[in-house]
Amino acid sequence: MNWLPVSASTFAPGVDFVLWLVTIISVISCILIGFLLVYFVIKYRRKSDNDQTPAITHDSFLETLWTVIPTILCIVIFIYGYVFYDQYTTTPKNAVEINVTAKQWLWTFDYSNGKKTLNELYVPIGQPIRLVMQSDDVLHSFFVPAFRVKQDLMGNRYTYINFTATKEGVFDIYCTEYCGTAHSNMLGKVHVLSKEKFASWEDGSAKKVQKASSNLPPAEVGRQLYSDKGCVACHSIDGADGVGPTWKGLFGKNRIFADGTSILADENYIKESILYPGEKIVEGYGPVMPSYKGLLEDSDITAIIEYIKSLK
Amino acid sequence: MSQEQEKNYLENGEGFASWFFTVDHKRIGIMYLWAIGVFFIIAAIASFLVRFEHLTPGQTIMTAHTYNVLFTLHGSMMVFLFIVPGVAASFGNFLIPLMIGAKDVIFPKLNLYSFWLYLLGAAVFMIALAAPADTGWTFYTPYSIESGANVILITFGIFILGFSSILTGINFIVTMHKLRAPGMTWDRLPLFCWAAYATSLLQVLATPVVGITLLLLIGERFFGLGFFDPARGGDPVLFQHFFWFYSHPAVYIMILPAMGIISEVIPVFSRKPIFGYKAIAYASLAIALISFLVWGHHMFVSGQSKLINVIFSVITYAVAVPTAIKVFNWLWTLYKGSIELSTAMLYSLAFIFLFTIGGLTGLFLGALAADVHLHDTYFVVAHMHYVMIGGTVFGFFAALHFWYPKMWGRMFDEFKAKIAFVLIFIGFNVIFFPQFILGTLGMPRRYFNYAPEFQSLHQLSTYGTWIGAAGFILMLWTLMRPLPGKAPGNPYRSLSLEWSMDSPPGTFNFDEIPTITEPVYNYGTKIEEES
Repeated sequence: MNWLPVSASTFAPGVDFVLWLVTIISVISCILIGFLLVYFVIKYRRKSDNDQTPAITHDSFLETLWTVIPTILCIVIFIYGYVFYDQYTTTPKNAVEINVTAKQWLWTFDYSNGKKTLNELYVPIGQPIRLVMQSDDVLHSFFVPAFRVKQDLMGNRYTYINFTATKEGVFDIYCTEYCGTAHSNMLGKVHVLSKEKFASWEDGSAKKVQKASSNLPPAEVGRQLYSDKGCVACHSIDGADGVGPTWKGLFGKNRIFADGTSILADENYIKESILYPGEKIVEGYGPVMPSYKGLLEDSDITAIIEYIKSLK
Repeated sequence: MSQEQEKNYLENGEGFASWFFTVDHKRIGIMYLWAIGVFFIIAAIASFLVRFEHLTPGQTIMTAHTYNVLFTLHGSMMVFLFIVPGVAASFGNFLIPLMIGAKDVIFPKLNLYSFWLYLLGAAVFMIALAAPADTGWTFYTPYSIESGANVILITFGIFILGFSSILTGINFIVTMHKLRAPGMTWDRLPLFCWAAYATSLLQVLATPVVGITLLLLIGERFFGLGFFDPARGGDPVLFQHFFWFYSHPAVYIMILPAMGIISEVIPVFSRKPIFGYKAIAYASLAIALISFLVWGHHMFVSGQSKLINVIFSVITYAVAVPTAIKVFNWLWTLYKGSIELSTAMLYSLAFIFLFTIGGLTGLFLGALAADVHLHDTYFVVAHMHYVMIGGTVFGFFAALHFWYPKMWGRMFDEFKAKIAFVLIFIGFNVIFFPQFILGTLGMPRRYFNYAPEFQSLHQLSTYGTWIGAAGFILMLWTLMRPLPGKAPGNPYRSLSLEWSMDSPPGTFNFDEIPTITEPVYNYGTKIEEES
C-alpha cells in the first residue's frame, strides 16, 4: 500500500528522502527495542521467588553507546531536514508570482495578467511559481500534498510558498489551519498544465470554457459552478443543514430573516444574496458569506439561479 | 512495625465533610483521582463520537459544528482537566510523602486549597459548555476572538486551573527539599519523586505564561486591545508563541510523572536495581530545562522566520537524546532480571514500546523539510497520542494497578485486568497506527469531511475505538470489584518506603519517621565492583 501521495514538485523528492530516512531509522530502532524487550521478558522470566539477580547499576560503555549513536542520528536527520528546507524556502530568480487570498471558506487566485480564479489554481509545468498569500479573516493554511508544501496565511502580513510542478494533472489543495465550521470543505485544485495548454488558458480560455459549457443547459452550468466556485462548502443541495441554508426547495419559498422581515425567494433575491450577502441574513445563520461581486459573471449568476430552481 | 489498632486513612472519618475538608495528602490524592477519572471518561466519550463520525465521509451522525465542538471538548478537557493535573496531582499527592518518609506534604492546607481551585476551575470550564467553544484546544486567534462561543469563560476556567497547578508544584518542591527522612539523600530519592520534582519546576515556571496569555485574550475580547487580532493591529502568531511557550513544557508536565511511575514498577518486577539511576534522574531535569526552548517547533509553517525555524529544529533534536537514554535504561533494567508479568508490569513494558514509537515519530516532525508536509495532518495526531496515551495514560494505568493495594487495601483480579490490558493495547494501536499513514498521505486534522480514498483507514481507526472501549470498560469493572480479603502491606516484596507500612496506610503514614540506610532500588546480589 502507498504511504505517500504522488510526487509532483521539485521539492517532493527531497521531502520523501527525509521521510524514508527517518522511517528506516525508526523501523530498525523499533525492531531492536521490541526484540530486546520480548527476548528479555522470555529469557529472564521469573522461575521462582528466590531467583538470584545481579545488582547491575550501570555500565559506562553501554551508556556511552546509547548516548552517542542517537546523537549522531539526530544530527544527520537535522542536516537533511535543513538542506531540503533551505532549497524550498529559497525563491528562484525566474519565479512567476501568483497572489493568493484565503477567506472563510474559499481560495482566490490573482494572476499577473489580470485573471482571477476561485478555488482552482492554474500553473504551467516546470515553471517556478511563488505564491504571495494573505488571509482576509482568520488563519488558514495552504497545503498541496502532491507538492509537499504548506504555509499558514494570516491577515497582517504576507507569507510565501515556492514550488515548481513536475507532473501534469489535477492535485488537491487543503486548508490545514482550522478556520471554523466549514474548514474541511475549504478545498481547491491545482491544475498543472503543459506549456501549450497553459498558454491557451492564459489567452482567455475562460471564454472557451464558457463557450463549451454554453451548449449545456444553464442549470447544468450552475451545477458545475456550485462545486467549482466553492458554494458547496456551505450550502447543501439535499436539505442537510450547513454553515448556510440549503439550496433544496429554496426557490419560491418564503424566507424569514434575522431582523424579522421576510421575502419570497425569487431571482432578484438570490442575485442580491450572491453579490451583497450581508443585506439579508436568514434567521438562524451568521453573516459569514463573502461577496461574489467581481468573481462571477452575470451569466454565471443566472446559471446558478437556474440550478437552484431545479433543486425542488 | 506498628501493631496498634490505628485506623487507616480510608476509615478515619466518614461522610462528605471528612473528605472535602481533609488535609490528608492521601485523601486529597484520592479525590483528584476521582475527579480526573470523571473528566477522562467524558473526554473519552467525546473522542469516541468523533471517531464514529468518521465511519463515512460527510455527515454520519452529527453536523460539522457539533463535530468541531466535540474535538475541542475532547482536547481541552483531556489536556487541562485530566492529563496536566492528572498523574502529578493524584499519584504525586498520594505517594510523595510516603516515598520520602514524611507524614504529609509541607503545606497541607495549601494542598487542599489547590484541590478546591481545581474544582472551581473545572466548574467554570463546565459552565462554559453552555455555549461550547469550537476553536480547537489551542484557541488560536483571531478565530477564538471572533467566535460567539464562551471562549473567554473556558479560558478563565483554565486560568484558575493554572493557579491550582502552580500551588501544587510549589508544595511538592518544598516538601521534597524540607521533609525527606534522615538518610533519604537526593541520590536515594525514588525516581518517581525526581520526575515529580522536574514536573513541579515546569508547573511553577511555565504556567504563569499561559495565565498571562489568557488575560491578554480577555483584554482583547472585552476592551478591544489589539494584541493578537490583525484587524486591531495585533499579531496572531504572537498568540501562538505565548501558547506554545506554555504548552510545550506542558507536554513534559504530562509525560514526566508517567516516566517516574514506570521507573518504580520495572525494578520491582525485575528484582533488579534501576539501570543508570543518575542518568534517569538527570535526564528528567535536562528534559525539563530543554523543553522550555523548543516551543517554536509547533510553528514551522506559521510564518516565523527561517532562521528561527532552524534554531528550533536543532534544539528539538537536543531533547530527543535524553529521552532515548531513558528508554535504553528501562530496557536494560530487564537484563538478567527475574521478570514477573503483572498487570502493572505489562502496562510499563507497553509504555516503553509505545513511547518509543511516539518518540521516533517525533524525529519526523523535528526535521524541517518533513514537517512542512506533515504539519497539521493526522501524522501529528497519531504522534501526539502515542506519547500521551501510549506514554502518559499507559503509565497512569500502570500506577492504578501497581499502587491499588496500597491505596484501597484490597487486591484485584489480575487475570481480568490482563485481558483488559490486551484489549486496550490492541485497540490503541488499531486506532492510531493507521493515522500515521493518513497523515503521510496528506489527510489534514480537524476535518469533519474527507476524501473517499481515506475511508478505509478512517474506518479501521474507528473500529479500534470499539476494541479500546471494551478493554477500558473491563478494566474499570475489574478495579471496581476488588477481591475479598485485605491486601498485605507489601505484596510485591518492594524495597520502596511506601510498601513498608500497612495497606492502606494510617492517617499519619509513619508512627515514627524512618531512617534510610540504603539505596532505594537495592535489589539483587552485589557483584564485585570492577572500578
